[in-house]
Amino acid sequence: MSSIAFFGAIESGLMFGLVALGVYISFRVLEFPDLTVDGSLPLGAAVASTLIVHGWNPYLATLIAMFAGAAAGFVTAWLNVRLKILNLLASILTMIALYSVNLRVMGRPNQALLNTDTIFTSLDGLQLPYYFSSLLVYALVAIGVMLLLNWFLGSQVGLAMRATGANARMARAQGINTDRMILLGMAISNSLVALAGALFAQSQGGADVSMGLGVIVVGLAAVILGEAIMPTRIIWMATIACLLGSILYRLVVAVALNASFIGLQAQDLKLITAVLVAVAMTLPTMRSKFALRKMGGKA
Amino acid sequence: MHLSRFSSALLAAAAVVALMSSQPAAAADQKVLKITAIVEHPALDACRKGTLDELADEGFVEGKNLSVEFQSAQGDVGTAGQIAKKFVGDNPDVIVAIATPSAQAAVAAAHGTIPIVFSAVSDPMGAKLVSDMNKPGANVTGVTDRLPLEKHIAMMKPVVPGLKTLGVLYNPGEANSVSEVNRLKLLAKDQGITVIEGPAPDSNSVLGAARSLVGKVQAIYTPTDNTVVSALEAVVKVGIDAKLPVFAGDTGSVPRGAIAAVGFNYYDVGRQTGKIVGAILKGQKAGDIAVQGVDKTELSVNPGSAAKMGITLPEALVQSAKEVVK
Repeated sequence: MSSIAFFGAIESGLMFGLVALGVYISFRVLEFPDLTVDGSLPLGAAVASTLIVHGWNPYLATLIAMFAGAAAGFVTAWLNVRLKILNLLASILTMIALYSVNLRVMGRPNQALLNTDTIFTSLDGLQLPYYFSSLLVYALVAIGVMLLLNWFLGSQVGLAMRATGANARMARAQGINTDRMILLGMAISNSLVALAGALFAQSQGGADVSMGLGVIVVGLAAVILGEAIMPTRIIWMATIACLLGSILYRLVVAVALNASFIGLQAQDLKLITAVLVAVAMTLPTMRSKFALRKMGGKA
Repeated sequence: MHLSRFSSALLAAAAVVALMSSQPAAAADQKVLKITAIVEHPALDACRKGTLDELADEGFVEGKNLSVEFQSAQGDVGTAGQIAKKFVGDNPDVIVAIATPSAQAAVAAAHGTIPIVFSAVSDPMGAKLVSDMNKPGANVTGVTDRLPLEKHIAMMKPVVPGLKTLGVLYNPGEANSVSEVNRLKLLAKDQGITVIEGPAPDSNSVLGAARSLVGKVQAIYTPTDNTVVSALEAVVKVGIDAKLPVFAGDTGSVPRGAIAAVGFNYYDVGRQTGKIVGAILKGQKAGDIAVQGVDKTELSVNPGSAAKMGITLPEALVQSAKEVVK
């Protein structure tokens, strides 16, 4: 594998790491199965690219894209806590609606950003190799978001949010407004996903209405993969696991893309990816089983 | 601690495997071609096959003096980006990118270093792949699958002598239709034809939109608009009732009652793409090759339907048709 492909895999890993952090908040912290992300990722991309094409500052456009994502998450949560629609269905409804919204925002199915000033072009002055400069932006953003999230989940509000997901009745008994926690958490979760979409559109040349397809699957795979390869009982380890899981997933895809030498073909890509992820997930348990056996089962 | 050390070892192992599993380098006299598509479907697959067939005719035979790698993103835009970066890292002679999202990802990843030939992209300017269709300049060129509107107008003129007003049925909500209709207006204006629009936002309003054109136009034309094509029978009915000839942008509409259409197939789009790739492999610069529309088109006619609309198709037109619907 070339270094461009390798750094490219890390870059995609960090990008989907933001999605994984968002999915971690909804699925793990709030225990809210949220499919909104399939719509909020292209929403972030659509809002950011449309604003940038209309001459807005890329940083401001990215920030507004995050607010748009937050609004999407808020709608899902609102459908759930106010209108009492089942959480999974509420998120599906928002996801479906966002398809039309995204077409409206862009005014067409594809909004190109090639040869336009973006967050990534503002680093051109640093004279770095291009495949490294975009990696740098993703790394800074992903690590920054991760640190902020660590701080937030350890704060008063963050603890209340975690209590809401762990045991809602208990949380209410402690005087926590769980509805408000769900609204806030879902907004934060989807704003991170929209941020990923906004950055993705800027680094990959544009937003496309179909780009949200299967994002939730990849995000969830990254979270679970992260949990499989390292302990996640402490919050800061859990958030690192999200990023590492996502990077590992993308490295697996990169390996799968290079698997043609053993007679595998393009159409086998997803199968190879699934098998490699399954192997990566079972290795740690196999290893600890061996370790137990060696110690005579005393550990 | 045990587990976390293991996990870092695992990550390191994954990285090493990733770095080492590079492909065997192509022989020195081999040209290297990388093809990527956003998804596998019949039209895009035909396009890829056409590209390779044409290259074989030009003397670049896969497996002999041409190494070809194909990757499909299988609908995942994230993977499309990774494929683009992998291809750029492999430093091939040409990258062929089929359909808009794959083409954008390839152009974004290549940073002008590797020639990129896109194919089956309906609006290369709108997708910002090129800034000038005739002289792309940068390292990007290709084949667009937009409608051959010039040929559509040329088809209609002999059937309707003295064509001055043309009605167009389309859904203003379909991006492709809007851009095609805008292009048609410009082309028609040059030929002294006024285009009158019949907007149909959904298939239920196609009949009304077609009726609104009666008395105002000499012929009705529908581009490849999903909404109008799905309700084409309504348009044909109006054409028969009002004795107005109905032309279509796709040959599939001809057996359904349109009197004539000029269409194309994606295998030929691929062959044209292959021709451009061949020229680049022989040393031409991608930026010097103009973006091409589809050259090879097929005419379909339906004389029976024409008779019902009060038109006799010129014998020359029927003779030149690839398909005559009885």
